Amino acid sequence: MTQKELIKGNFAIAEAAVRAGCECYFGYPITPQTEIGEYLSQRMYDLKRGYVCAESELAAINMVIGATSTGAKAMTSSSSCAVSLMQEGLSYACSDELPVVLVNVMRAGPGLGYVYPAQGDYFQAVYGGGNGDYKLIVLAPSTVQECIDLTYKAFYLAQKWRNPTMILADGQLGQMMEPAEYGEYPYPEVDTSSWALTGAKGRDNRKIFSCASDEDEHNAKIRRLFAKYDKIAAEETEWEEHETEDADVILVAFGSMGRNIKATMKELRKQGLKVGMLRPITLSPFPEKRLSELADKCKQFIVVEMNMGQMINDVKLAVNGKAKVDLLNRPVGQWLSVEEISEGVHNILNHKELAVL
Amino acid sequence: MQQVFSVPKSMKKDFKYTFCPGCDHGIAVRLVAELLDEMNLTENTILAASIGCSVFIYNFLNVDSIEAPHGRAMAEATGVKRVRPDKFVFTYQGDGDFASIGLAESTHAALRGENLSGICINNTTYGMTGGQLGPTTIMGQKTTTSPMGRFKETYGYPIKIAEHIALCDGTAFSARVALDSVPHIKKAKEALRKAFQVQLDGLGYGFVEILSTCPTNWKMTPEQAHERVRKEMIPVFPLGVFKDVTAK
Repeated sequence: MTQKELIKGNFAIAEAAVRAGCECYFGYPITPQTEIGEYLSQRMYDLKRGYVCAESELAAINMVIGATSTGAKAMTSSSSCAVSLMQEGLSYACSDELPVVLVNVMRAGPGLGYVYPAQGDYFQAVYGGGNGDYKLIVLAPSTVQECIDLTYKAFYLAQKWRNPTMILADGQLGQMMEPAEYGEYPYPEVDTSSWALTGAKGRDNRKIFSCASDEDEHNAKIRRLFAKYDKIAAEETEWEEHETEDADVILVAFGSMGRNIKATMKELRKQGLKVGMLRPITLSPFPEKRLSELADKCKQFIVVEMNMGQMINDVKLAVNGKAKVDLLNRPVGQWLSVEEISEGVHNILNHKELAVL
Repeated sequence: MQQVFSVPKSMKKDFKYTFCPGCDHGIAVRLVAELLDEMNLTENTILAASIGCSVFIYNFLNVDSIEAPHGRAMAEATGVKRVRPDKFVFTYQGDGDFASIGLAESTHAALRGENLSGICINNTTYGMTGGQLGPTTIMGQKTTTSPMGRFKETYGYPIKIAEHIALCDGTAFSARVALDSVPHIKKAKEALRKAFQVQLDGLGYGFVEILSTCPTNWKMTPEQAHERVRKEMIPVFPLGVFKDVTAK
């Protein structure tokens, strides 16, 4: 029987990776995720598993590519401006269909920015910072418990779909402690024997590559990858939703901002406003169908983000003009509080009335 | 009748070389294939291929392979070896891949003493893109991006790769060889054998820099190109073993 303990978000991700069966960690320090690499240095050593202090994030992501090409479970972690250095590798890994697991504990950008938290990497994670047509699976935890649960899930989905999977956390979540429990790794082991590089013994040699010289084959490959992304969307899209049944306003946020919109929803319900909420747990695939359904009834969505408005684009695409979509945001730093969000909701609703008048 | 010459078993049966006529890549790939046969490694090998003309090796060898982004072959090889230490893992890279864009990965794999074998083809230019100035372009050499010849004020100096790798404490073996003559080809094969053997013996990083021709971009016949290796390259990049932890 497991029991809850007080765990820091970064440690939760690290220990969950160990329990998910991560065979090797490759990483380079950057605040606010450095505790992941620090924790794993001792833990992986004790377990006689692999650990490499990579010379750069360029090297780290390619080490994970190499390790996962053998069918092994492997991971790297980083933050924002350094995840930018990994985009080349992620593009290759998507084309190569390798089960890379990558953690981005977001800090503030652009450029070096600063170590305080932000959510400015939504576009990079969901739309890709690398070249060409590809998609990551992106999971966004909102609690330390979800740091554990979604790390387990990331290792499973990466291998199940042979697709790089990112855990998109933020500095607030990485640095805070709250009660959580590890439990057991809940997923079955995925058979990688049909594609992994193991040495060409008793079979033809295998090549894992993204290089293409035949236009027809190249088109077919990309269409096949996107057919896979459609299947992932059909089977794996996940979100948290509350009180939307009678809602006049639906708040939408991802990651740890999801906690604040939940508290805001409760506060505004006390004031008599019919407020619901939706928090995408998978950012890619995005719960666009559900948002579209909700927009048939609810005519006001408010997206709350710690950036200049990134996920709001996906909400607008999903709603497709059926409802009004507004933004409450702050680019970086102190998370928007329940009071600030409540005030913002009132302002938006009042403007709407003024506009009608 | 005794057959004295045949295609190595490690070569794909239906391979067709896509290297230019007179290019030394063909000789280098053949030496690698012969050694994989002789050392019985073919079925236990994972190759990290690179970007540039050197990438074609994965079309010719009957081994499992992964194509690394430009410069990252040693990082991918490190990833493979750390989770599958029982596999024989090697890279095959050009000078631009190994020593310009990938110098950090190449150097740090050596500093970590990774049990890997690295092969770098040094032809003093970027071959696949049509002959631009690279990290090993020698002083005075004309390329498409140094049409007046390499001079220090604009272009700086070429890197001596084998000596650089030999300076790393994790390196077990580092040598520079050439393929311009039969005696040199024989020495090249023995150097490659040693770079493979130190990995198998767990001694650390084994490295061979191979001086190689690029007749197309040098605008020379194969004979002229090998003459250039002797007259212009070897004086700048001397042949020899720069580190060998097994030497008595």
